[in-house]
Amino acid sequence: MNAMWMRQLGGVLRLELKKTAFSRRGWWIYMLAAAPVVLMLAHWLTEAKIHSARHSIGEDSVIFAGAFLFFFLRGSIFFGCMGIFSNLFRGEMLGKTLHYYLLAPMRRELLVAGKYAAGLAVALVLFVGSTVASFLLIGRHFGPAWSDYLWHGPGAGQLGAYTLAAALACIGYGAVFLLCGLLFRNPLIPAAAVWVWEGLNPFLPALLKKISVIFYLKSLLPVEVPAPPPFSVMVIETDPTPAWLAVPGLLAVAAILLVYAAISARQTEIGYGE
Amino acid sequence: MSGAAVSETDIVFNGVSRFYGEVLGINKVSLTIPPGITSLVGPNGSGKTTLMNLMAGLIRPTQGEIRVLGIPPDHPERLCRILGYCTQFDAFPKGLTGYQFLYSFLRLHGMSDAECESRTLVALRLVGLADAAKRPVAAYSKGMRQRIKLAQATVHDPKVMVLDEPLNGLDPMARAEAIALFQQWGAEGRHVIVSSHILHEVDRISDQVILLSHGYVVAEGQIQGVRNEVKEQPMQIHVRCDRPRVLAARLLQQDNVVEAKLNPDGQGLLLRTRDADSFYLLLNHAILEAGLKVESVAPADDDVNSVYQYLIGGEGGTL
Repeated sequence: MNAMWMRQLGGVLRLELKKTAFSRRGWWIYMLAAAPVVLMLAHWLTEAKIHSARHSIGEDSVIFAGAFLFFFLRGSIFFGCMGIFSNLFRGEMLGKTLHYYLLAPMRRELLVAGKYAAGLAVALVLFVGSTVASFLLIGRHFGPAWSDYLWHGPGAGQLGAYTLAAALACIGYGAVFLLCGLLFRNPLIPAAAVWVWEGLNPFLPALLKKISVIFYLKSLLPVEVPAPPPFSVMVIETDPTPAWLAVPGLLAVAAILLVYAAISARQTEIGYGE
Repeated sequence: MSGAAVSETDIVFNGVSRFYGEVLGINKVSLTIPPGITSLVGPNGSGKTTLMNLMAGLIRPTQGEIRVLGIPPDHPERLCRILGYCTQFDAFPKGLTGYQFLYSFLRLHGMSDAECESRTLVALRLVGLADAAKRPVAAYSKGMRQRIKLAQATVHDPKVMVLDEPLNGLDPMARAEAIALFQQWGAEGRHVIVSSHILHEVDRISDQVILLSHGYVVAEGQIQGVRNEVKEQPMQIHVRCDRPRVLAARLLQQDNVVEAKLNPDGQGLLLRTRDADSFYLLLNHAILEAGLKVESVAPADDDVNSVYQYLIGGEGGTL
């Protein structure tokens, strides 16, 4: 990559971060990122106040795994990424400011890359940060036992796995929603379709399961979350994808989506509805 | 461009059409725009903005080819180095000051920090916004927003400047300054493409005009040339002299003079003729034979406003 491209990429990144980081319009995304932390904080305070070990560390790690799968991945990160990435182009279109970018003498591929990188930086800070903070808080009431679990037990490994899964979720959903924002006038409709598809994943046949982000992320989770009845009878069990395949697989899916987004960006026209 | 030599100095449209679904934007437009100030004139919906958007690569033609100084508009990395476009949209990226707005988008040209900074400061001074550089663009008045848009479109010193209603919202002083700037750019041999609703200003600044109506180019070229092509409308010529009644009597004996109207002050005539060249010859003879003292002879309807009225119709003055 030549120096000119790097400068242009840096220019997009700086501009996007200046415009979007901590903007008032993104308040609901910050709330989504903060919600799990608040939840875990409440859990810690409640458990600490009643001074009774109603749960073991093992039970709390299963609770965290469930919360991570159903609340973080399918809720906070999914909708947070939708808000961040689908707005990268669609937001500019709605704000009638996309032409400033399209009139810059840069390859549209670089524009896509710069915007994606900016969105990813924000998403990683918010959701990886939220994941780490939540994990550290969930067992805080166990005191030294929790520290021991973290530093001498399986805690650090679990934290690493959740961090990796959160980061990969941002990468994967980010690519999906960036493309949705480029291709669809109303990205909420494809987002709803993706959300339903991801939710149906446990009940899909093995082949279809693999056409999703959540399938690969689930394979990376350190603690298995059993499906509650009556859903447990409908779940189609498949072997999880090994991490060495899940990580590059997800990165490859994201890369394919981004390449498609870059090709689409070359054809992008302004259409502000006037 | 297929079959023909590609012009490196002109903007060329070759059979260009653009449809928005079923709606016509422009249809079968073939044009060559030389350097200088070119005004696009036409009522709302006539295709002016479509033409400008096509030129800048913001939309693509449904049919036909475009070259801007030899560059196809679907190569933004080449085109946008030589082209600046001040659009009609009064919208700006959120949260940026005037300085940040210019500086940030200059960075996308791949320039160094120092170059971006110096160009930004020069452009801000040029449009009279140096004092407001650190204020958010959102807090600017309409005139200031128009000026910062002009600065943003021209800060990279493009050879082609496409300006959609650039005088909108400017006060008379700023309008005069902007027009002087356009004239300077035109004189430097740049392409300055301007759309405006204000015909007398178009008339003042244009080297050539393109008249558009319902997506079609009705006429193009220097305004006098365009006027001469409008054969069905007799030419109006104003003559100020000492005995206008005598002159009128002599001229009305000729077939090509269709009307003579005495000025209210009794010191001149407004004449209408179907053949301007023959008329001037005849006028010279009449003046010499009658021994008239002539103060001035001037065409009265070879301005954009008149041509617009003849070809497109409308209220005149402003569209």
